[in-house]
Amino acid sequence: MAKVIVVTSGKGGVGKTTTSAAIGTGLALRGFKTVIVDFDVGLRNLDLIMGCERRVVYDFVNLINGDSNLNQTLIKDKRSDNLFILPASQTRDKDALTVEGVERVLNELKETFDYIVCDSPAGIEKGAHLAMYFADEAVVVTNPEVSSVRDSDRMLGLLSSKSRRAENGEKIKENLLLTRYNPERVENGEMLSVSDVEDILSIPLLGVIPESQAVLKASNQGIPVIMDEKSDAGQAYSDAVERLLGKDIPHRFLEAQKKGLLQRLFGGR
Amino acid sequence: MSIFDYFRDRKKSTPASIAKERLQIIVAHERGQRNQPDYLPQLQQEIIDVISKYVPIDREQVHVALDNQDDCSILELNITLPERP
Repeated sequence: MAKVIVVTSGKGGVGKTTTSAAIGTGLALRGFKTVIVDFDVGLRNLDLIMGCERRVVYDFVNLINGDSNLNQTLIKDKRSDNLFILPASQTRDKDALTVEGVERVLNELKETFDYIVCDSPAGIEKGAHLAMYFADEAVVVTNPEVSSVRDSDRMLGLLSSKSRRAENGEKIKENLLLTRYNPERVENGEMLSVSDVEDILSIPLLGVIPESQAVLKASNQGIPVIMDEKSDAGQAYSDAVERLLGKDIPHRFLEAQKKGLLQRLFGGR
Repeated sequence: MSIFDYFRDRKKSTPASIAKERLQIIVAHERGQRNQPDYLPQLQQEIIDVISKYVPIDREQVHVALDNQDDCSILELNITLPERP
């Protein structure tokens, strides 16, 4: 049975698309047939993060309108046979996505895929609403910062009231993914800690992604950061995917790295 | 950790703890509002309109709250009337 996972946050710039790309790729690399759907109509960016921007021919809105079929529209990832991308449209028409249209496309995708990862746009407008409406599970991406935490709580409220599952009296499984975490600043009392954010949002923690130079490096190249297996962020995302699949593994990268004498002297990172 | 850090750490409020405290308050407040039915603000307005037909009252002196206890909802209405001249 296909599972629909929405990656959402409310606030922009916290790492939804980076996370969608990483989790989708991680699931595909573990053998699950996965499609990542970009719901950010008008501001498509998943294609760039996945490195397939030059292969976009048709998009989500074309598919909904019947201008193209699934085979023509889905872009197959070059790194994994199990991974496909459904790009958002660049149209400025805000009403291009409809509940019926999205439901029809998702139902068609469910026939062939194990996981459907919905990359939500920021805000609480139509795109964000539709991205979460059909979800079975949610990954709430949060930065350890006041406005992001508040917006995440707002999204949790919407998930439990304005979704198909909520309307049917069922629950969406909620997961907290804390990104751009800086353990050094937490130790100095300058940044909210993992447990602070857990206390406030009180949902299960899926993972903590450290603030990392690897993320920009990966997006510059159009490679999901999870493919960078040597990087801290890549490993943290891999752990998160394992937990999403039900494995219980300890959290890493929560402590500041102790600097050695040489690092102290020369200020290297 | 130097001796100065030790003294600094003894200060109660770090930027992070202030952030946490502010968030806990605003999130609790917003959750309370989220759970109230949509008609509550309008109900409050209409009650104020009716009462002010008879008694001059201050908008701030009317409190409407809906409490849910198990399977029973309690609508609490609290109006402070002005002191008699």
